[in-house]
Amino acid sequence: MTAALTIDGLNVRFRLRDATVHAVTDLSLTLHRGELLAVVGESGCGKSVLAHAVLDLLPANAATTGTVQFGAGSRPVRELRGRHIGLIPQSPATALTPVRTGRSLLAETLRVHGRATTDADTVAAEAGLDPADLDRYPFQLSGGMAQRLATALAIAPDPAVLLADEPTAGLDRPLVDHTLDLLRRRCAAGTAVMLITHDLTAAQRVADTVAVMYASRIVEHRPADEFFTAPHHPYAAALLDSLPDRAFQPIPGHPPMLTDLPAGCAFAPRCPHASPDCAAQPAISDGAACHHPLSVVGAP
Amino acid sequence: MNGLAAHEVTVAYGRQTVLDRASIHIGPGETVGLRGPSGCGKSTLVRVLALLHRPDDGHVSIDGNPVTGARYRVAAAVRTRIGVLFQSPRSAADPRLSLADIIAEPLRATKAERIQDRVVELAYTAGLTTDLLRRQPHAVSDGQLQRACLARALAHRPDYLLCDEATTMLDASTQAHVAAVITDHQHRHGTGVLLITHDPALMHRWAHRVIDWPPDQAAPATAVEHADHH
Repeated sequence: MTAALTIDGLNVRFRLRDATVHAVTDLSLTLHRGELLAVVGESGCGKSVLAHAVLDLLPANAATTGTVQFGAGSRPVRELRGRHIGLIPQSPATALTPVRTGRSLLAETLRVHGRATTDADTVAAEAGLDPADLDRYPFQLSGGMAQRLATALAIAPDPAVLLADEPTAGLDRPLVDHTLDLLRRRCAAGTAVMLITHDLTAAQRVADTVAVMYASRIVEHRPADEFFTAPHHPYAAALLDSLPDRAFQPIPGHPPMLTDLPAGCAFAPRCPHASPDCAAQPAISDGAACHHPLSVVGAP
Repeated sequence: MNGLAAHEVTVAYGRQTVLDRASIHIGPGETVGLRGPSGCGKSTLVRVLALLHRPDDGHVSIDGNPVTGARYRVAAAVRTRIGVLFQSPRSAADPRLSLADIIAEPLRATKAERIQDRVVELAYTAGLTTDLLRRQPHAVSDGQLQRACLARALAHRPDYLLCDEATTMLDASTQAHVAAVITDHQHRHGTGVLLITHDPALMHRWAHRVIDWPPDQAAPATAVEHADHH
């Protein structure tokens, strides 16, 4: 398999007036061509910052270390953004230019990337948007329609890597399925897709691999079918157990503040398997960063 | 008859009729699920039931008593019997207020006593830590803000709680927590809950019966009974 995206030792810190936010810590992963990776986790775990760090779109108060490499090349991200790396943004309502119609935005994108502007209808339809709605302005679109327009804009240049940041938020189930199928089809055509989502059901439906983020780190990264049947990290297991078609049990306690992370495992205060060992940061082994992975201690 | 009900309610926005003689009944202590495609009038129905929107025709009744008017024309003692949890906590919370003030607003509206104690109690119930109470919405996550909105919705111990896609944007753990808090409140106060969700697993797990919206035109008042209980 060819690596489409390689992240190595990525750290992102935000400097605030009286605190430092540790948004992404020591994160390494490889995304292959045709792979659909779902990055899941609770809100505020650093998932979206990861996407923006990959795209080099972080605000000025962010300090980033580590490397992000696309394919085998070494061109800077800003030369690749758009054409080679597409982003489906989290809140399309704020990502669209309010004074231009969907058709005008989409036609510009197609033109800049050397495609016929008459393709607009086809691209919109592929994203699940009625071509007639392209003639509306963003404020005339519902949240779901704006989401589909943003999706159409991202896929128009046919990027090799597609980052989708909560692309199904605010959509009803048929549209969620449509969007997920679209991502899946992109993978079949060789695109590498990173799907950032809090929707575990969506991840289960389409992902090849799943990375679970907790408090700025990846705590588990394994093939999707193995992950959903037998998670190794206690946090991943607790997250799956909170699904309505499983135990529907919330995880006790709260996630830690990203301004005040412990030196050891950040999940230890909420973990039923915590021991003194957990005061030290666990390394990733066998797909999970845990001193007491569930495959060893036995699932609860 | 006890319960919160809409009777033959019609609502039109301009020339577009969103609800056409629609009826629904939510009994005390029951959780009624409502599902239907985007734009089918579910959210408008919630606004009518919450007494936020006066229907063009038909009326809402609480425990058999018809309600006339909407919003501030309705007596506070009647209005506060219904709580609402909206889909987007961002657009449902004043960005200038602290979370504590957001939770305290309905209590101040009725000049309740010992507001500070009650805010702390409500925040605890909704799973918010006290350090978050001084923050404004921009400094908390969606999940934390929705917990504050939940605390606000429960401030007057409502007899009816309307949840309009209220957990859609939440991660699985926060969703399970919000559902547990609402169910606990329901058990203690006999609250009737209206649950709007697109998530079949959540609907199956949470709702006592499910209504498909819009209801069949031939039989507008009858709900599709859903056999699955907890």
